[in-house]
Amino acid sequence: MNYFARLYYPLRKAWKAVGLYLVIAGPGIVVMVADNDAGGITTYAATGAKYGYHLIWFLLILIPVAYYVQEMTVRLGAVTKRGHAEAIFDGFGAFWGWFSLFDLMVVDWLTLVTEFVGMTAALAIFGVPPWITVVCVIALMAVIVVNGRYWTFEKLALLFCALNLVYIPGAFLVHPSVRDVLHQGLIPNFAGGFNGQLFFFLMANIGTTIAPWMLFFQQSAVVDKGMLEKDIPWGRFDTLLGSIVTVLVAVFIVIVTGTVLPGIDIDSAAQAASELMKTDRYVGTFLAIGLFDAGLLGAICISLASSWAFGEIFGWAHSLNTKIRQAPWFYATYFLMLVTSGLVVLIPQAPLVLITLFVQVIAVTLLPAALVFLILLLNDRATMGERRNTPIQNLIGGFIVVSIIVLSTLYGFSVLFPNLFK
Amino acid sequence: MSKLRNLFAKFADINSRYRQPRIEMSGAVRGSLLVLRVYLLALVALMIYKFVLIVTQG
Repeated sequence: MNYFARLYYPLRKAWKAVGLYLVIAGPGIVVMVADNDAGGITTYAATGAKYGYHLIWFLLILIPVAYYVQEMTVRLGAVTKRGHAEAIFDGFGAFWGWFSLFDLMVVDWLTLVTEFVGMTAALAIFGVPPWITVVCVIALMAVIVVNGRYWTFEKLALLFCALNLVYIPGAFLVHPSVRDVLHQGLIPNFAGGFNGQLFFFLMANIGTTIAPWMLFFQQSAVVDKGMLEKDIPWGRFDTLLGSIVTVLVAVFIVIVTGTVLPGIDIDSAAQAASELMKTDRYVGTFLAIGLFDAGLLGAICISLASSWAFGEIFGWAHSLNTKIRQAPWFYATYFLMLVTSGLVVLIPQAPLVLITLFVQVIAVTLLPAALVFLILLLNDRATMGERRNTPIQNLIGGFIVVSIIVLSTLYGFSVLFPNLFK
Repeated sequence: MSKLRNLFAKFADINSRYRQPRIEMSGAVRGSLLVLRVYLLALVALMIYKFVLIVTQG
């Protein structure tokens, strides 16, 4: 009895903490899991098939990278109560603001195309024609966004995030050798040597874990949710949990294709799902369902990131808590992005898989510019006060920026001089 | 036509509202940012070139 009495208070405290987290939870975990979008699933599936378990260690390094980058947007949003686009315009003026908005618009639109590529390919496995997928997805997203409030959107997005975990049981179904996963995956190595293809895959994997739209999305979501400075510790925890979950899912996808399809050149996650269906119907089905879910979640978040940014700059009402009549331009840009990108996948003979992989690489190439602004904003003593970056945070941020620039440069060299890294 | 005029007026309004950056940047920092931006755009152009190369050569 005494034992239970002593256990009661810590348990009640823990339960309260979980309850509080569930109120604050959302922006961090949604943005991170949404980054495991259709392009992400394709990239991980291709990485596993191409390099087996050999690049798992690299994915694990991306946990702190994603956390440090996204955590900055939590602080910036909670302290300034401003979205990322507005923060850049205000901090650096219209010239740099337009540049950033243009980057965001182009990369978001291209990424949205990849979401539709993934969704149509996933449902094509079950015999659904692409045009039906595009129409149904746009209708579903209209229902989610128009009828709800930010709270409704976020909870639905969290449900889609949970579906993203389908890859974890999928990996157990293919019975990978744990010894091989640990031995090959955890010791840093570059299988196949330094060459343009390796740089391409490393960049694509970074691009699927951190992307410019994520900075804009999470900061705007923090503002729309109404998070305050006192909520920052929970926002950090939310972001950390999200970064662990996103990389964990990525690792399990790599394990699935690394186990079943090693050495096979996979062009798309849908192709991987079709191949897997031949060996294990359930795993193939898991991959296809997960691919559709990932595309849907990515599409919802990415289109919102652009609409929020435009709303902030043009002074339109830009909250999910407003109705269409109150915020017509916010919803108009949302659906314009969605419909135009959906139409691209219906173009006959379009090189959709190639587009998917290149979009990830272009997104990561443009990322350093966005990161530099983010770091400068986080060092603004007048706005951030005690919440500004510490020297260690600046060092980590700077290291991430330099690493991405070096990797992009190496890839650029490999394009210009194909024989340089052979 | 008037809607188009309104849109241009909106752009002008945004440009004037954010004309003066709040964060002070030295000439060197501004120059570095511009160089970085041009460099990244050049890399993106290279990637588009590679993409076109792959598509046209099959």
